[in-house]
Amino acid sequence: MSVDKQTVAKIASLARIRMDDDELERMVPELNNILAWVEQLGEVDCSGVEPMTAVIPNTLRLRADVVDADPLTGGGIRDKVLANAPAPEHGFFGVPKVIE
Amino acid sequence: MTDLTELGVAAIRDGVAKGDFTAREVAEAFNANVAAASALNAFIVTTPEKALEAAGAVDADRAAGKALGSMAGVPIGMKDLFATQGVQTTAASHILGGFVPPYESTVSSNLWAAGAGMLGKLNLDQFAMGSSNETSYFGNVISPWRSRDSNAELAPGGSSGGSSTAVSARLAPAATGTDTGGSIRQPAAFTGITGVKPTYGRCSRWGVVAFASSLDQAGPMARDIRDCAIMLGAMAGFDPKDSTSLDMPVPDWEAALNADLKGKKVGIPREYRMDGMDAEIEASWEQGKAWLRDAGAEIVDISLPHTKYALPAYYIIAPAEASSNLARYDGVRYGLRDLPEGAGLQDMYAATRAAGFGDEVKRRVLIGTYVLSAGFYDAYYTQAQKVRTLIARDFAEAFEQCDVILAPTTPSAAFPLGDKSDDPLSMYLNDVFAVPASLAGLPALSVPAGLTQSGLPLGLQIIGKAFDEQGVMNAGLAIEQRANFSAKPDRWWA
Repeated sequence: MSVDKQTVAKIASLARIRMDDDELERMVPELNNILAWVEQLGEVDCSGVEPMTAVIPNTLRLRADVVDADPLTGGGIRDKVLANAPAPEHGFFGVPKVIE
Repeated sequence: MTDLTELGVAAIRDGVAKGDFTAREVAEAFNANVAAASALNAFIVTTPEKALEAAGAVDADRAAGKALGSMAGVPIGMKDLFATQGVQTTAASHILGGFVPPYESTVSSNLWAAGAGMLGKLNLDQFAMGSSNETSYFGNVISPWRSRDSNAELAPGGSSGGSSTAVSARLAPAATGTDTGGSIRQPAAFTGITGVKPTYGRCSRWGVVAFASSLDQAGPMARDIRDCAIMLGAMAGFDPKDSTSLDMPVPDWEAALNADLKGKKVGIPREYRMDGMDAEIEASWEQGKAWLRDAGAEIVDISLPHTKYALPAYYIIAPAEASSNLARYDGVRYGLRDLPEGAGLQDMYAATRAAGFGDEVKRRVLIGTYVLSAGFYDAYYTQAQKVRTLIARDFAEAFEQCDVILAPTTPSAAFPLGDKSDDPLSMYLNDVFAVPASLAGLPALSVPAGLTQSGLPLGLQIIGKAFDEQGVMNAGLAIEQRANFSAKPDRWWA
């Protein structure tokens, strides 16, 4: 499978990366080279093979049902959460208007 | 007095404990080397005061007769992928420019608790995506090594290129690395140092900027096996904050180091012998076999039939995970925001990510988005995960016939900067020997084996069974004792 400029524009839009025409033109052959190369995976007979879900067998744990048991991942740290925000406002993350 | 910057982790720890020198003297010596090496661009931020502060605490503890930690008095470099409280953490990206974490990663926190100090945050490929340290927003890292034939600037490997440069240039006795598809082992091989990628889950990923979560694993980079064993012991351990963390005791790897390989079998995977293999790489692999035989091991031929599919599978799985992980960089919660005049929320996302990600990161996010998109998911992503199952199965079957596997770390010695940066595919091929162990989550290391005709280091790779870091490091030690690698780069930068 290969991609054309229109497809790359669609992927870039899904990935929320703005790209001008020049960049899209440049990406088309680069992505096609990579896609043509990974295509060889199609040769492998994978019938009856399960896709890997965990590289090292492990069981998912539940944490103890205790509020803020680990203060590092607990709540009540609004100022720390907002400390790196580019535009915090009134204790919230600020974003451009989203309702027309 | 001996030059303290020639000492490694064990020698510094022991010398500080005995009182041969103070931790402060060690920190001052390395701070001076760091300050004189800006030409190498190994550090994004230097923190000499942090190194001195940790050293002061160790000296005070010793004076007070308190027990000292396993890394007491050892100043280290911290790859700028680990969140460090109060110190800028960027993953070498523009989009995380100025990000100052209000928390500390588990691995770095463990190292400070063991008595280590921080010399600074080390440069890397942007979001750890690269094999030559040429994708950093903060500029290329320059290898301290130079070929005998030319003065061209060489790649220090990647993504842990700042780490490999810092250790080989004696700017730090050790440094943290992370390995997603070879990012500890390949730079270690390029710079004549030792690097260990432990079993997936040994070191917590909490507070490590995520690239491909099912592959990312932290590990030590240092001058020798013993130093790596000490440092890995300090980094590893169960962490409830990482859902894939291994809930297992951390063995005392240093105490159990043993280079006697009698009764051990070393597998040589026939599929790693590729057409057109570099003659010097092949010779070093042969030499490695002879060294391990000399250490008492039996050499056996093994087969890993799906080897050729590991790299293409990796370049579907890693970008797919990266495209999901990097979705968090949206210009809202941290880092860069680009808000063009009159733009709405969606435009702000797109503008921020266009301005904040470098070319290689964009390329991988686009590939990842494409292979996960409706209609293509099964053909690419599911197929790659099935191939990954087969690759892990290959290793499991091989380990019924051997205890560890010996292979080259890289297909060549270090290449000049700029040599491969225009051709992503040829850059990817650098990790052809490293990626299979990553896909299978297995422990692996690179240990220096010798120099090429042009005077550049080559590494040998040992891959082991899951959880058998000890077996891997023991085989590495057997090579180290026979290779007697003592070459170091001429100090042209200061």
